[in-house]
Amino acid sequence: MLRRDFLAASGFGLGGFVLPSTFGKLIAAEALLDGAIPVAVKKTLADAALAAATAAGASYCDVRVGRYLRQFVITRDAHVENVVNTESIGVGIRVIAGGAWGFAATNDMTTDGVATAARQAAAIAKANARNQTAPVQLAPTPGVGEVSWRAPIRTNAMSVPVKEKAALLLDVNAAALANGADFINSVLFSVNEQKYFASTDGSYIDQDVHRIWPLMRVTAVDKATGKFRTRSELSAPMGLGYEYLDGNKADQTVLPNGVVVFGKSYDMKGDAIAAAKQARAKLKAPSVKPGKYDLVLDPSHTWLTIHESVGHPTELDRVLGYEANYAGTSFATLDKRANHFKYGSDHVTIIADKIQPGSLGAVGYDDEGVKTKRWDLIKDGVLVDYQVIRDQAHIIGKTASDGCCYADSWSSVQFQRMANVSLLPGKAKLSVPDMIKDVENGIYIVGDGSFSIDQQRYNAQFGGQLFYEIKNGKVGGMIEDVAYQIRTPEFWNACVGVCDESDYRLGGSFFDGKGQPAQVSAVSHGSSTARFNGINVISTARSLG
Amino acid sequence: MSIFTEAQAKAILDKVIALSKADQCIAQLKGSIDGNVRFALNNVSTSGIVSNVDLSVEVAFGKRVGIATINEFDDAALERCVRRAEDLAKLAPENPEFVPAVEKQAYKPTATFSPATAAITPDYRAQVAADSIQPCKAEKLVAAGFLQDGQSFVAFANSKGNFGYQQATNIDYTCTVRTDDGRGSGWVGHNLQDAKAFDASADIRTAMRKASASADAKAIEPGKYTVILEPVAAAGLLAFMFNDFRAREADEGRSFLSKKGGGNKLGEQIFDPRVNFTADPGHPDALVMPWDDDGLPRERMPIVTDGKVANLQYTRYWAQKQGKRATGEPGNIIMAGGTKTTAELIKTTAKGILVTRTWYIRMVDPQTVLLTGLTRDGTFYIENGQIKYPLKNFRFNESPVIMLNNIEELGRPVRVKGDESDLIMVLPPMKLRDFTFTSLSDAV
Repeated sequence: MLRRDFLAASGFGLGGFVLPSTFGKLIAAEALLDGAIPVAVKKTLADAALAAATAAGASYCDVRVGRYLRQFVITRDAHVENVVNTESIGVGIRVIAGGAWGFAATNDMTTDGVATAARQAAAIAKANARNQTAPVQLAPTPGVGEVSWRAPIRTNAMSVPVKEKAALLLDVNAAALANGADFINSVLFSVNEQKYFASTDGSYIDQDVHRIWPLMRVTAVDKATGKFRTRSELSAPMGLGYEYLDGNKADQTVLPNGVVVFGKSYDMKGDAIAAAKQARAKLKAPSVKPGKYDLVLDPSHTWLTIHESVGHPTELDRVLGYEANYAGTSFATLDKRANHFKYGSDHVTIIADKIQPGSLGAVGYDDEGVKTKRWDLIKDGVLVDYQVIRDQAHIIGKTASDGCCYADSWSSVQFQRMANVSLLPGKAKLSVPDMIKDVENGIYIVGDGSFSIDQQRYNAQFGGQLFYEIKNGKVGGMIEDVAYQIRTPEFWNACVGVCDESDYRLGGSFFDGKGQPAQVSAVSHGSSTARFNGINVISTARSLG
Repeated sequence: MSIFTEAQAKAILDKVIALSKADQCIAQLKGSIDGNVRFALNNVSTSGIVSNVDLSVEVAFGKRVGIATINEFDDAALERCVRRAEDLAKLAPENPEFVPAVEKQAYKPTATFSPATAAITPDYRAQVAADSIQPCKAEKLVAAGFLQDGQSFVAFANSKGNFGYQQATNIDYTCTVRTDDGRGSGWVGHNLQDAKAFDASADIRTAMRKASASADAKAIEPGKYTVILEPVAAAGLLAFMFNDFRAREADEGRSFLSKKGGGNKLGEQIFDPRVNFTADPGHPDALVMPWDDDGLPRERMPIVTDGKVANLQYTRYWAQKQGKRATGEPGNIIMAGGTKTTAELIKTTAKGILVTRTWYIRMVDPQTVLLTGLTRDGTFYIENGQIKYPLKNFRFNESPVIMLNNIEELGRPVRVKGDESDLIMVLPPMKLRDFTFTSLSDAV
């Protein structure tokens, strides 16, 4: 389940007392650059935990020494509302003893502290073993010795002074307000996960993960009619550093409707100006006439449809029923894979990926020490695979984990989380204008909007940020109140074309929610512009009288 | 130990306030012990206990604010925390919306703590899992559920002499029960304060009954139908609407409570005259802390009276700007109703649809609070006062504002909590006409 969006959920007013308990203790911005735990110290702690767990009878143990840093710079119109820096440090220890899992976590960063936690984890495992119906089976993964991985960033966002970030956001806000916006809320959200993993398999893996997400919501109000409309950012959250905000022209694409979208670099001010003008235009745009349309979906929109209708249904724990009480189950059951279920048309090849540079899911190794990779989920329209971790691989006859295990904190138990799940670009050369020129009666959708899908991932409804009519191969004016409803397999089988790789871009979220207690995960979804024929579009216009 | 007594908490907070050299200082201590057990496929999957205690110190020099937190409480640590907050405040930009700390208040305590809940043990949780799983196993049903219980305290003080301390407990139990062939699914949720009133072996029967009764669902055409929403099904929709009862957004023209031509709809008739919502921190079924996150006292306050907007939520900044009185942000919503149970509402229904649960609700258009979501875990066709057969699930596109203008009858209110909201609500089952289902879902 994707969490409600950050700006809406926070109600725009993030009080200082709200965030710390969620993300860790508050620290000074300067401290975001200091305080990294030396690798030698992490190894000493890890070895103490591994030794204590083994001595307590564990047949397997892994240790995660984590330091998680987050920074939020939050503005409203002409002022900074809040700057919040948080840090969370501790050690999570997972063991198998008596054939069952046990987990314990501590923020006592001493060898005695972690050894105690390791023994607790072993005791919990032994207690759990009494009710276990089948012992845990771990797919083998080779120990890799002492290795490290760092996200391919150019500028650590934490190294940029808060003052500079606040000035950028206030400049963005001023530009929106000068171009027709009545209100703007903007946020810069930066994350650094410093993760150290060690296991009894002989791995000591040090990783440095960075993410950045510039967000905004621009509102235009027509007081006379009482109407208001918003337009949110067309940026994507990325596994990049502050360089994402460089606004390189080379990373911008002007779509056939004149809308500017962004690749590996984001022009926040340019987008804010466009957002202000488009939000005003929305106030006057006519409502869509409900019916069947051919949809042309920009990657800034499609990521969310992929996430909900392919990413989640192919998670093996959902397929098996482990998430039945929270995130839900899946229509993509094991028998469907055995019977070569036609999930989509021949144009649809969808991969899972944990390695794509700049993506949110990219790491060198997952949170159980498995080297990451990319693999097929849907090949030429046929369901071929799922997303599995070490203790699930045997269930579907795999001999190795796919490397998509993740925990959102040192204090959370790692479990199967969605890899980046992306639609591969079409192999034949196809530009967006060439795709659109054959569309007689269609709608061009840019940006993600409202979203909702059932617990087995059949029936979904999606909105967007911007909608344009397509008539006889030409993009026309803006329309409003568009939402489309799909039945997942019918939707993907209605895909009649995907543009080539020159149009490929990422979208994503920091807030994919799963598990009880709930954990969040950041995930990217790539695609090129894709066309889906004969999709049911409803009008969301209503009157309150 | 992360639950401090009032004396322990006050001693720490007094030290912090005394240490601060800033123009004002607000200190808050929060501690909790939360336990949980999770099960799926009729097996316990995880269980755990998390305890935590934190001190937050917020200081201000003029309109410059700094905040720091710490989880150590010796004198040196407290001083470090206060100085860090002061250093941050000196560097912070001025906040034009800064409002000074609240004056000394006389809070009226609410009985939010139940000893039986605080006494829950790992064995108790294991028993809840067993009480959920065993009856399901016996009837070829498959249970997946989660129990979370917690005890907590909050204490705060400020340099104007204000102080508050109170403990609380909470239990949230949910269980999804599916038939082993996957054709039927039922659910039960129970949110309460006192473990003495909780019996998983009784609750699980509701989910089991719905799972068995929902198999062999028939498809009927989507469209506008008379529906009976069980209270928990209505909670998901109403929780969204209450996010918008903020005066600022209404005054700014960006809420369904904004008025054409400017201003807000305070005092206007926006719902059926039978609609009455109240916030009441002392309501016996929905006790919440007697203050909000800002330390403002919560009051018993009408939100909607006879269908008219009676009060909007003013933050202290917005109240000051608009010349209004700021009130504590409600922690609960109580809706008035009648005396009938859901079953009794069904008996007087000629034709309609019973919706027992709603799911994945998201805002489609904030202008009209149009929401979309789905029914799940038991949707039934009613004819001549009886449940005739289970229905395939629907997607709905509906606004709670329109819904509450289409009331046929309200039943007896009960305590519920929405899937994705912290707001405790007391809501009646609702019989509503012309509820809009827009498509069918194959999901069970």
